[in-house]
Amino acid sequence: MSNVGAILQFTIDVLSLGSLYALMALGLVIIYGILRLVNFAYGELIMVVGYALFLLSPTPLPWLVMGLLAVLVSIMTAYLTERIAFRPLRERSLTAVLITSFAVSTMLQNAAMLFVSPRARVVPLPEIFTVQVIIAERIVPLRNLIAIGVSIALLALFALLLKRTILGIALRAAADKFMMTRMLGIPANLVIGTAFAISGLLAGTVALFWFGRTGSVTPEIGLWPLLVAFVSTVIGGMRSLLGAVVGGYVLALIQMTFSNFLPPELLEFRVTFVFTLVIFILLFRPEGLIRGR
Amino acid sequence: MDILRQLDRAPILNTSITLLVPLALLAALTALLGDLLLERIVTAMFIHLIVVTGLQMFMGNSGIVSFAHIGFMGIGAYATVLFSLDPEVKAMTLRHLYEFLKPVHLPFWAALLFGTGIGTVVAAIISYPLMRLHDAAAVITSFAVLVVLHDVMVHWTEVTNGPRTLFGVERETFLWNSALCAMIGLVFATWFRESKVGLQLRASRDDRMAAQAVGINMLAVRWLGFVLMCGYAAFAGGLFAHFITSFQPRQFYLAEVFVVLAMLVIGGPGSVSGAVVGTVLVTALREGLRVGEAQLNIMQIFGGQVVGLTEFLLAISMIAILIFRPAGLMRGRELRLPLGRTTAAPRRSR
Repeated sequence: MSNVGAILQFTIDVLSLGSLYALMALGLVIIYGILRLVNFAYGELIMVVGYALFLLSPTPLPWLVMGLLAVLVSIMTAYLTERIAFRPLRERSLTAVLITSFAVSTMLQNAAMLFVSPRARVVPLPEIFTVQVIIAERIVPLRNLIAIGVSIALLALFALLLKRTILGIALRAAADKFMMTRMLGIPANLVIGTAFAISGLLAGTVALFWFGRTGSVTPEIGLWPLLVAFVSTVIGGMRSLLGAVVGGYVLALIQMTFSNFLPPELLEFRVTFVFTLVIFILLFRPEGLIRGR
Repeated sequence: MDILRQLDRAPILNTSITLLVPLALLAALTALLGDLLLERIVTAMFIHLIVVTGLQMFMGNSGIVSFAHIGFMGIGAYATVLFSLDPEVKAMTLRHLYEFLKPVHLPFWAALLFGTGIGTVVAAIISYPLMRLHDAAAVITSFAVLVVLHDVMVHWTEVTNGPRTLFGVERETFLWNSALCAMIGLVFATWFRESKVGLQLRASRDDRMAAQAVGINMLAVRWLGFVLMCGYAAFAGGLFAHFITSFQPRQFYLAEVFVVLAMLVIGGPGSVSGAVVGTVLVTALREGLRVGEAQLNIMQIFGGQVVGLTEFLLAISMIAILIFRPAGLMRGRELRLPLGRTTAAPRRSR
């Protein structure tokens, strides 16, 4: 009996964490697909949401409005970094854009330190995030179930956008052959701007649930989500959107398995294990589990 | 005139002298002034210069961005200290150290040599299989290697004292020895850039397919470049440990990656002169900003402590340089004394 509960709880843990990882990876890979840019400033989108919520917390707004505004801030940040820092460079050198994204990441972190505080700040959370439900005699936080629901809805919406709208078709075409797409008259700036906005939306949504887990925001909070996105895309395949999603769930499964079954003295090295695994995947299957075209 | 004309025919020697003379003057002037703070700043600059020069040798010549070298700087620091630390101090600062390492005690230079050796060998083993990756895969693995090395440093409490500060290291790195090491490193890097391997590496950067088609063993030359970079970093790590005398793993992580990368990118990764110009300039900029930050904190204009202003402005200047001068200030060219220009030798190598 308790076995069923344990399996169910493990499944929910993996699914809720994996959904966040999948969205995170998707936001990274949509930019990589089009620009071939590994965006190091991606993790800071999470941070930006945290600070937006913190700064909004004294206002009488309902949490849902604050959350929407915070996601909007994330979208704006993603779009503006592209507009200001990446656009002037992207025709010239990919390496330069990569280094720029690293510089943008450092700049945003230090801006947070400078204008808010280097110390952790409490992020306001809705009451529903603290609710626990009991399923098969196991206590499950309701926010994990909400995370699964929202993520799946967002993934479905995203799939619909890509499959059914002209913008989505343009995005997919650009990810496949950017030069050809431009020659066919699709404006590059529109496609790239949209891709960055979508990555901001995905990271912003993830951030709301991420802070549901951590409860506070620091300038360095973006590093772990960034690593998660890197690892997921590498596992799943850098060139495939589906691969990013699969990679997110696989990473969550690996992480949860390690947390549950590794002996405690090795548990503290789990980051090392995960990343060594990534290096091996890249060595033996450089294209990831799911190959793009 | 004969000597001058010969210098013109020897670009490596010419560049070396052009770079070394101002640096030597700077070191001598600092020593003469005897200001303790200035001496610390210049010493730290020379240590950084070694790391940046090493990074130039790999990143500048191969075109692959690296993050991992800072991890090897950490290995160099910890490995050197394991050999050089006095056994009595070791008993206090590294309480869980393995028995066989407890009595080890070598003089500083020997310890530095061993520390560098360990860092280099580890780099050689880890990096060989990674060298066939390019583009995103190369960048992400380089990042992954840095994260793994950092994680090991934080959690291998027996030899690193964990995330806590390792203290009790003796001050052995001074202005003169750091300057000397940096200069030797510079000369070697200048030579390396024009050497056979250096040229092959640059060829593989400019056109991977063509380079391999003319028979360049790309894996081997990249690997050599990477190992050299890590050797430089490990050596600088050992010097750094004996300069700062107490340190922790977080000093060999992303903040340090950023500073070193900013130095090289602002100067221009394509040439050793770029590494020098960037290191000197960024050091001056950082110290100036730091003074400004301290002043703001004293005047209490913003009410609280001003933190992060230096790195914030440094990041902005780095982005500006990348936008307006993507190849850095030196644009991949070496500084050279304009000697014997009247002879106008057209066969000068680029």
